[in-house]
Amino acid sequence: MMGWAETLRTAIAALNARRMRSLLTMLGILIGIAAVMLTVGLGQGASAQITSQINSLGSNLIIVSPSQTTTSGGFRGGGGTASTLTTQDAALLADPAVAPDVAAVAPTSSASGSLQSTESTWTSTVIGTVPDWQRVRAREVANGRFFTDAEVNSSASVAVIGEDTATELFTSANPVGQTISINGQAFTVIGVLKSAGSSLASNDDDTVVVPSTTYAARLSTSSNANSVSSIYLEGKDAESLSAAYQQVKTALLASHQVTSDDADFTVSTQASLVETATSITGIVTLLLGGVAGISLLVGGIGVMNIMLVSVSERVREIGLRKALGATPAIIRRQFLVEAGILGMLGGVVGIALGFIGAAILTPVLGMTVMISIPATLLALVVSLGIGIVAGVYPATRAAKLAPIDALRSE
Amino acid sequence: MNLMLNMTGVRKTYATGAVEVEALRGIDLQVSAGDYVAIMGPSGSGKSTLMHIIGCLDVPTSGRYELDGSDVSSMSEKQLAEVRNRKIGFVFQSFNLLASLTALRNVELPLVYAGVPATERRERALAALAKVGLADRVQHRPGELSGGQQQRVSVARALVTNPALILADEPTGNLDSHSTAEILDLFAELNTAGRTIVMITHEADVADHAKETVHIYDGLLREQSVGVGAAK
Repeated sequence: MMGWAETLRTAIAALNARRMRSLLTMLGILIGIAAVMLTVGLGQGASAQITSQINSLGSNLIIVSPSQTTTSGGFRGGGGTASTLTTQDAALLADPAVAPDVAAVAPTSSASGSLQSTESTWTSTVIGTVPDWQRVRAREVANGRFFTDAEVNSSASVAVIGEDTATELFTSANPVGQTISINGQAFTVIGVLKSAGSSLASNDDDTVVVPSTTYAARLSTSSNANSVSSIYLEGKDAESLSAAYQQVKTALLASHQVTSDDADFTVSTQASLVETATSITGIVTLLLGGVAGISLLVGGIGVMNIMLVSVSERVREIGLRKALGATPAIIRRQFLVEAGILGMLGGVVGIALGFIGAAILTPVLGMTVMISIPATLLALVVSLGIGIVAGVYPATRAAKLAPIDALRSE
Repeated sequence: MNLMLNMTGVRKTYATGAVEVEALRGIDLQVSAGDYVAIMGPSGSGKSTLMHIIGCLDVPTSGRYELDGSDVSSMSEKQLAEVRNRKIGFVFQSFNLLASLTALRNVELPLVYAGVPATERRERALAALAKVGLADRVQHRPGELSGGQQQRVSVARALVTNPALILADEPTGNLDSHSTAEILDLFAELNTAGRTIVMITHEADVADHAKETVHIYDGLLREQSVGVGAAK
């Protein structure tokens, strides 16, 4: 029986004899593998990016946001959209008897505000909250200080501004101690926040934070002075986060006198946000990867096509080899190995192209293309498999050729 | 005497469409070891079919065929491949060398299928090429060799496995008279050295080189005549 080394040698010689055709056939597999690698890599990169952004919001974070419910009449309460969440809700959740696993609570209201300094004007998001916001959102003060509980109680007109806001309002002077006007109301800047980096939708560095009481009294546009736009909470630790989540949900359902089916708020944790985000990117990746996978399939059909052409071109050679003692099994193996090599070489070059593409796309798109090693190895196995599967039919045809018919063909 | 080839009542029927064609209608043929037999016949006589069956490229519809003592008339395709590999050395009219391989690799080919290790393969192929007088052409490809040289490469390929039978199908059909003489001399030499040779031809002067000639006509063997080869 013929050895594998000899089979391989013969296959390589046969492919080499038709170099241009072999290269073009490989191209189909090559493009397919590279496309699958890049789309999956982009999807994973996007997913990782979103996850890290969500995680940068804070640690063990629970977010309660209002969900607007339709009235029995069937239309939403228009105009001043009063949030379903209030400062009373926040106070309730801060009670250790109600939610023992919650470490800090920061009710937050926000609205767009016109800012004016001695130097320039700017529009930014104004947030009314409490000192715990700093802890819950994991924000640090770069310059100056954050406001205190005393300042919240006294509705002090003080503001802490984001780094970008500071740059916009004050070109040279130290912002701390300066006076700015927010929607025509005068505030003293007492601190500048350290940069948090831009997150998913909003720029966390372009913001103005003021005490919640001051916000309610002087800036709020809401019809209900007690309403807040969301409540940020910090769980005690990662282990008790789900317990904290349950406590928050149960407490709010009870106080709002609703069931979870018609709840007028939603509670989400970072984990659930990450889950949602990754499931969305996962679906997108799957779709794109599927399209790329179809191109791989087309590449496989190309291999099959060329192998069939090759078999009919080499009928005489097959006949001779059979006359000289090649069994059907050897002939079949010969063509399978040829098809496998075409697939595998296409895969190797495709993977190389995928890495090059990733290196080029990462700076161009500003997104990380994450190519995983297991996925790359899988791609290699898949390309080899496609080659072999595509080779089965042509190889079987070659193996079945009767030696006399094969020798007769001129 | 030891029979190398023993055929009794061999028939071969082909179905071409609705019509059945009986290419061989009961062939009895015995070839002893060391014999040199020419099979002659016009086209359409069943000559090629007989050659295919002798060469184990095809199996008879009925009848019995023993090659070197083993019955090959009911073997599987795999077994037939092994018999062709070990017991038969083919020499074809159109040489049938693989154009992309050197003379050496072409001669090695049957040994490759026999699973002979690379070094031994090379030695044996070189020896066979030396025997046909092509020791200085081993690295040439068929395209770089003359017709006579190409046919000598295929004779070397037929010899290299030490087969029981050398089966030549119109071996001089594509050759000029000089190369024809060369090849026929080579066959005579091989036969003198003890090789059994069966040669299919339609040329009487080529057949004359064999020890014996059998004629096939309409799928039947007509007569056995003694050629000049036997007189030598």
